[in-house]
Amino acid sequence: MTMKTYRQALRDTLREEMLRDDSVLLMGEEIGVFEGSYKITAGLLAEFGEKRVRDTPIAEEGFTGAAVGAAMLGLRPVVELMTINFSLIAIDQIVNSAAKIYGMFGGQVKVPMVIRTPGGGGQQLGATHSQNIELYYAFVPGLKVVAPSTPADAKALMLAAIRDDDPVLFLENLALYNTQGEVPESNEPAVIGKAAVTREGTDLTLIGYSRMAYVAAKVAEELAISDGLDIEVVDLRSLRPLDRETIINSVKKTNAAVVLEDDWLTYGIGAEIAATISDGAFDYLDAPVRRVAMAEVPMPYAKALETAALPSNADVIHAIYETLDAMGVPRRKVGQGHD
Amino acid sequence: MPWVCLVERLAKAMIEITMPRLSDTMEEGEILKWHKAPGDAVAVGDVLVEIETDKATMEYEAFEAGTFSSIVVNEGEVAVIGQLIALIDDGKGGAPAAAPKVEAPVATAPEVAPAVEAAPVAEAPVRAKGERFFASPIVRRLAEEQGVDLSLVNGTGPGGRIVRADLDSFVKNGPKSLAPSRPTIQPTTFTQVDPKRGSEQLELSKIRRIIAKRLGESYREIPHFFVTAIADLELLQVMRGDLNATNAKSDGPKVSVNDLLVKAVALALREHPMMNVSYQGDDSPTMLVNHRYNIGVAVASKNGLVVPVIEDADQKNVNTISAETKKLVTLASTRGLSVDQMSGGTFTISNLGMFGVEEFTAIINPPEAAILAVGAAIKEPVVVGDKIEIRTRTRLTLSSDHRVIDGALAAQFLQTLTAILENPWRIVA
Repeated sequence: MTMKTYRQALRDTLREEMLRDDSVLLMGEEIGVFEGSYKITAGLLAEFGEKRVRDTPIAEEGFTGAAVGAAMLGLRPVVELMTINFSLIAIDQIVNSAAKIYGMFGGQVKVPMVIRTPGGGGQQLGATHSQNIELYYAFVPGLKVVAPSTPADAKALMLAAIRDDDPVLFLENLALYNTQGEVPESNEPAVIGKAAVTREGTDLTLIGYSRMAYVAAKVAEELAISDGLDIEVVDLRSLRPLDRETIINSVKKTNAAVVLEDDWLTYGIGAEIAATISDGAFDYLDAPVRRVAMAEVPMPYAKALETAALPSNADVIHAIYETLDAMGVPRRKVGQGHD
Repeated sequence: MPWVCLVERLAKAMIEITMPRLSDTMEEGEILKWHKAPGDAVAVGDVLVEIETDKATMEYEAFEAGTFSSIVVNEGEVAVIGQLIALIDDGKGGAPAAAPKVEAPVATAPEVAPAVEAAPVAEAPVRAKGERFFASPIVRRLAEEQGVDLSLVNGTGPGGRIVRADLDSFVKNGPKSLAPSRPTIQPTTFTQVDPKRGSEQLELSKIRRIIAKRLGESYREIPHFFVTAIADLELLQVMRGDLNATNAKSDGPKVSVNDLLVKAVALALREHPMMNVSYQGDDSPTMLVNHRYNIGVAVASKNGLVVPVIEDADQKNVNTISAETKKLVTLASTRGLSVDQMSGGTFTISNLGMFGVEEFTAIINPPEAAILAVGAAIKEPVVVGDKIEIRTRTRLTLSSDHRVIDGALAAQFLQTLTAILENPWRIVA
């Protein structure tokens, strides 16, 4: 185990996979000479050369399409889209080419490519550069969408994504790049489509992915200390395929769930999770499933408004309290417990 | 296995037989006799059990076929509506754990599972009868598994929802406060015999206890008011004489004054439909207006007070009413009235005239809103014009539920009724 940032874990994993398999190549804007807008590809141009680390024009549709073609012909391209916002320009290549070619042509050609791209607001980048639109891709059969929240998962899921024969959208998050965590030395890939129970508990299930899985873990620890609550945290890790079984089993145990997402509430990923719980654990619910999401507005630029629009730890705690109150679960102040 | 809970439900092999609602006013029933024993085959329509309700003894038949599995409530015991009384195995799937879980504790092992003991008839429901309540899905599932009657559980969640904490607390604490079996007369409270009064204990019949409870509720709950009118029965007596003379020749029934009253009351109600109503409780924004005129006739049978109902009395001729009433009264004294024959009344007539009672007041028979107390037809001196004449008259006292009927309406109804009785051809028209 080594302590690493999420950023470093990604960078090291890309490098190791390029060393392991010379069909792996990187493509994207500013990833070479500039070493990446978020420095995920630092040092890789120098080590692997222009043939395997390709700076592209500012033309997302073009280079994403080129990567689809390269993948069809046997390479394993890892495309960096500078942020998920720019994927809207490449969406036709992602949804209509990458996702569908394998099925439409009777399985004759695989498209083993990875599209790395960070989501996330909170950086004062304005409405068009602060979106969380992974839902657009999680919606599409033929794609896989993974969303690690820890440095260890960043590594394990990157290994799995590169080695997977299907196109994988790999969701990163601007707010997670500098978070630190233990990263195992082993190069064991994760199983795509498997969620993780990152904290066991009995009072309530808190479900999130990417940054909100990180928030969930923090809030659960905070409430354990402040209120003596025993909250179970489920990190989805993969949005497609979705690990419904882990979600349902957790809710069967706790009888309640709060779902966190950084995107908009209406038609969001939380709605899919809530429906999954309703289908599979209806008879185990003691309270309605609650969702916490960002405000239904284009992200404001002004700092105070941007902060207000994003779901906060306080919003999450409020939703947890509401749910527990509905169930009559007493919140034990830890201090009182020892008096 | 996301669908595991649905699969579990499909695989369920036990048909639960619960205490049915066999009459309007029934709250609980006593198991008189089981017609099936564990292991017996059950076909659709087979009589499973005889149940005594507040009104009658009823046979209850199977709606589904299978093998009779176990009796949960034994003969002589009482169960509230909806309480599990027996299990039938429908043969789908193995014997699930649910069956013994529900059955064992109810039988004789109170120390085993307080959860099931939590559903005895002793506890009063925490809500009005029939009031909708909400319970979270996990609560419904656990209550079913543990045989807990949720109508007894108080809900503290949003909107009064019963949440798991409520159920857990009920299961943990509830049984302690509940009597282990039905609330037969509590010896400690009631056994004292007062030597100064020379008293002895006389056991109340079931029907007497029901009458006591319901009339107590009615008089405590309903703001009664009373309006009395006098009807001249001279013409009615003449008409009745003619009618019976004719009937005697054609083997028709002997029509009583009461038979004519039943029809007259139904006709009067039809003119004042707002008398034919039911108040639905303080929480209801509506009352019921009944569009059928079903007249109950209070009968003092040897088994106690019963009220057989003449349905659609406004549309039946007097001979039919007379024949029907005679049949019902005979049945009542032999205790053969079915629940159907005693339910659905919209107005009741109580007649004590045959005992020489001139005038009295009656207690409303819920969910009806009024009752008519009929006194004896007596000859008395009456001022007619400027002379005193001897006329046959009766006193009619109407008790009304003031929550839905005002004094003027009650008075107008009596006015109409009196007019019909004094112009009696309207009864046979």
